Amino acid sequence: MKTMIKEEPVLELKNLYKHFGNNKVLNGFNLQLYKGENLVVMGKSGSGKSVMIKCLVGLMQADGGSIRIKGQDITSLGQRELDLLRTEIGFLFQGSALYDSMTVRENLYFPLRRHAHIMGREEEAEKWIREALANVGLEHAIDLMPDELSGGMKRRVALARALILKPKIMLYDEPTTGLDPITAKEIIQLMRAIQKTYGTSSLIITHDVDCARVISNRMILLVDGVNYAEGTFQELTQSSDPKIKAFFK
Amino acid sequence: MNATFKISSKVNLFFTEVGDVTFFAIRFFKQVFTRPFETKEFLRQCYLMGNRSLLLVGVTGFILGLVFTLQSRPTLMEFGAQSWMPSMISISIVREIGPVITALICAGRIGSGIGAELGSMRVTEQIDAMEVSGTNPFKYLVVTRILATTLMLPLLIIFGDAIALVGSAIVENLKGAVSFQLYFNQVFEALAFSDIIPATVKSFFFGFAIGLIGCYKGYNCNKGTVGVGEASNAAVVYTSMLLFVIDFIAVFVSDIFFEI
Repeated sequence: MKTMIKEEPVLELKNLYKHFGNNKVLNGFNLQLYKGENLVVMGKSGSGKSVMIKCLVGLMQADGGSIRIKGQDITSLGQRELDLLRTEIGFLFQGSALYDSMTVRENLYFPLRRHAHIMGREEEAEKWIREALANVGLEHAIDLMPDELSGGMKRRVALARALILKPKIMLYDEPTTGLDPITAKEIIQLMRAIQKTYGTSSLIITHDVDCARVISNRMILLVDGVNYAEGTFQELTQSSDPKIKAFFK
Repeated sequence: MNATFKISSKVNLFFTEVGDVTFFAIRFFKQVFTRPFETKEFLRQCYLMGNRSLLLVGVTGFILGLVFTLQSRPTLMEFGAQSWMPSMISISIVREIGPVITALICAGRIGSGIGAELGSMRVTEQIDAMEVSGTNPFKYLVVTRILATTLMLPLLIIFGDAIALVGSAIVENLKGAVSFQLYFNQVFEALAFSDIIPATVKSFFFGFAIGLIGCYKGYNCNKGTVGVGEASNAAVVYTSMLLFVIDFIAVFVSDIFFEI
């Protein structure tokens, strides 16, 4: 851990604010994600975890604060530069967000459309798609439609789609929500395997304690829009603070 | 006091919505001419909207022609003016009834479809996923659909008009022993450019309105699955109203230029 902290963070949020009317969701939230680490952000439902991750990729505009990804402040980027930067970020959505009018192959093909160097040759794109599907163990599902897949398979395909451009940063929004414990465990193992294969840095938003225990190098507890506590899973579980304890009951 | 407040808040909401739709339309015009062009998706939408609406528009047009002729015959016969039937039917259908009926059907079929599809994509985060993957979802989903409806609706209207005239000719042939050749000779004699051009021009606006409102409602959908239903329903209701407003303006403007 200490060696990671010495490096420049690949992703950094400073004093992030986001309000919806009178509802102050983020109130000066800070976060640094270092190369190769798995950072878990935990918080209650409605605590602003998803809002934070959406601000991070530019899906929502923050009211204040700075967001830097690989040293670039995303709030100052134009659409083209932002799109280019987004190719280095993989995003796994809570509900998988597969395009339901497209087959699995077309879903994976979609992020490749704007990359002429890959798309120049049809067989090259096919190779990338098959490789991404093989990494999640679903090569046989290439021609299926999303509604023919189970919840766990959908999550795996979504993971393959997020990985197709071989991103350096992975963002997971509640990766195990809505899955049975066995499938959730498989997804967590897959996330670990992916980190080894691709060498990604991961930001995981979850309220699943098992997921946090297995995957985190470091954790942040988000309470009332600020970093309430920070540390390793071990450190936080041993805390005597009742608010922290409540997370691990 | 309470009633006044309710009325003023509804008026406020109406103008806010009009403003939002206007900004949505401006965003469309800003993006329609900039690269990258989503040609493949645009052609796919043209196929889906055009080809899949053909049967509905054809059947409706055919029945419209039949019924309109059957209902008008007795009145014209009363005045001994049944020989005017092809002229009257063709002018009514081409100028007004054909475009409006076809547009209303397409508002129901295409407009609600766009509203529901984009709405469900919004609530299931598919639009967000598109944006994160580096594709501009407005360009890919909205621009292509509005362009497709704008282009396909005039073609569907021309097709619907033609089928309606065939329906009318069949009735005239069976009831009045008028040959198809004579019927269509009279039709083409009666129709002038001043009938066809304003009708065609307004059909582009009808298509634009169907695409614009359907996309606006779907793209800005919220409130989960309830919101999807609301988006689909609102797309049809608002588009239908807008079609009549456009029709009124089109007739008014045509009157200035063509003295109808």
